[in-house]
Amino acid sequence: MFKLLEGPQTLGRGKMFWSCFLVVLAGALAYPLFADSYDVGNFAYFLIWIFMALGLCLMWGYGGMLSFGQTLFFGIAGYGYGVLAINMGGGSATIAALVLSVVLAMIAAGILGYFMIWGGINGIFFGIVTLSATLVLAFFLGQTAGPEWHIGPARLNGFNGMKGMDPLTVGDFYIEGSALYYVMVALIVIVYLALRMLVNSGIGNVIVATRENPQRAEMLGYDVRKYQLLTFVIGSGLAGLSGALYTSWGQFITPSSIGLPAAAMPIVWVAFSGRSDLTATLVGSFLLLFGFQTITVYSQQAALVLMGALLLATVMLAPQGFVLGIGKLAADWWQGRRRRGDVVADAGRLQPEES
Amino acid sequence: MSLVEVKGVSKRFGGLTAVSGVDLAVNAGEIHCLIGPNGAGKSTLFKLIVGLYPPTEGSILFGTVDITAERPYARVQRGMSIKMQAPSVFKELPVRQNIQTALQERLSGSERIAEEDRLLTLLNLAADSDKLAGVLSHGQQQWLEIGMALALKPQLLLLDEPTAGMSPEETFRTGELIRSFNAEGMTVLVVEHDMAFVRQVAQRVTVLHLGRIFARGTLDSILQDEKVAEIYLGKTHAH
Repeated sequence: MFKLLEGPQTLGRGKMFWSCFLVVLAGALAYPLFADSYDVGNFAYFLIWIFMALGLCLMWGYGGMLSFGQTLFFGIAGYGYGVLAINMGGGSATIAALVLSVVLAMIAAGILGYFMIWGGINGIFFGIVTLSATLVLAFFLGQTAGPEWHIGPARLNGFNGMKGMDPLTVGDFYIEGSALYYVMVALIVIVYLALRMLVNSGIGNVIVATRENPQRAEMLGYDVRKYQLLTFVIGSGLAGLSGALYTSWGQFITPSSIGLPAAAMPIVWVAFSGRSDLTATLVGSFLLLFGFQTITVYSQQAALVLMGALLLATVMLAPQGFVLGIGKLAADWWQGRRRRGDVVADAGRLQPEES
Repeated sequence: MSLVEVKGVSKRFGGLTAVSGVDLAVNAGEIHCLIGPNGAGKSTLFKLIVGLYPPTEGSILFGTVDITAERPYARVQRGMSIKMQAPSVFKELPVRQNIQTALQERLSGSERIAEEDRLLTLLNLAADSDKLAGVLSHGQQQWLEIGMALALKPQLLLLDEPTAGMSPEETFRTGELIRSFNAEGMTVLVVEHDMAFVRQVAQRVTVLHLGRIFARGTLDSILQDEKVAEIYLGKTHAH
């Protein structure tokens, strides 16, 4: 099973790659020991969004479905977490609220995805429909300011947003600060490795084959609609995980986290990073989030302009993504060294699975 | 016994009737060639059989099962496989992964890898197995697609102009390959313009003209038909 961690669909293989992975992981685990709690909390915040980026990478890069609706499922799970956590009484029930809110987002994705995929919507229209659904939810939530808009004791609160839910809690222990950071790191490692195994599996073969040539994939006996729906549901579930964790982290959520500017962000992260590779998306999204947050401290407008400029630069200069391009160059350089006999260690690059 | 039977099938695209009231039975175990001039409706008939187009009228049986309303993937799962007219491969994926994607539902582990190697060698693609399919020549892409179709080990193999873009030697090899799979029991329906190739492989021939069945029989009987010579072969080729 673990051999699926490497394969033709993922950048990075061999001892060198996994040694780097372990070094980065060790650094991430040691970070809270050296940083102050404010910075650790900020890092946890960056990491929240990684799930949404990885989900879009799966859908868009591997599955060929450009979803503009990542924040739709982010919002469904984010509000879902709030509603459930408040209605279930907080405390340890927040763990169940987290799981159920992600399931809720996946069910919503299943329903929307069924009608889109079975209805033959693809290409640019897939993005238009998902964006439309996102905007509908954002506008709907924006007009829920009145006291009549509540689910049990949980008020939706319109543009001011929903608040009052507990953070993730186990017993009397609030999962915040460093604890939340470690939960994020653990979840990212699990999700990243699981996605690597998925895309390098037989299912992953069909997902990328469908992206390349859906008619040929169907002519190999695959009901490509089911694979597309599976991809959409998993990707949306990951956006939902980001949403639920976001609400837990800040104990609030507003419609602005679903609207158009928010919906555009995952597209920028994934396009800049390299949509066709999970590792590039992971690294690139983190770097962008870190940069965005750093600049936002001084000027949010400047940060947004920079994001737009990066998207333009990506489209014009590196359509496959900057981080992926740099990763491939590095891998080729390393392979070149190996071929010259300078080193014998294995290196990472996108290449077919060795038989 | 017929493996696939087309009964009174028509296909209209707006005002254009591409296929009109076609009855065609392909017997189990035969190599059946479908010939006719350009625009005769051969490729449309193929797409009707495999489910890429729904027929306007008529029905299609696979064995005794009416598959008229089934989607293409379901027909493939029943035992059909097609090589399209234009090469239809996964161009951004390595050659081996193209074959693997076709094989993985039928075989796994070392058996699958051994079959990948066997097919790649058979198709003269072993040296190119790590290359992206899109960088292969047109003829190699034809081979690769034939390999993907064969990897499914179908009961019925549909080949739409399998030798287009191939040299005479490659065309002959393709014919021998098809005959060898037919000898193992595979039924083959081929659309082809190359009469040398048709002579090499065909056991029965059906001529399609203006969307209708024009003639059927052995290639020799077809070649002796003056009307066929007039509409398609040209009289000088008939003798």
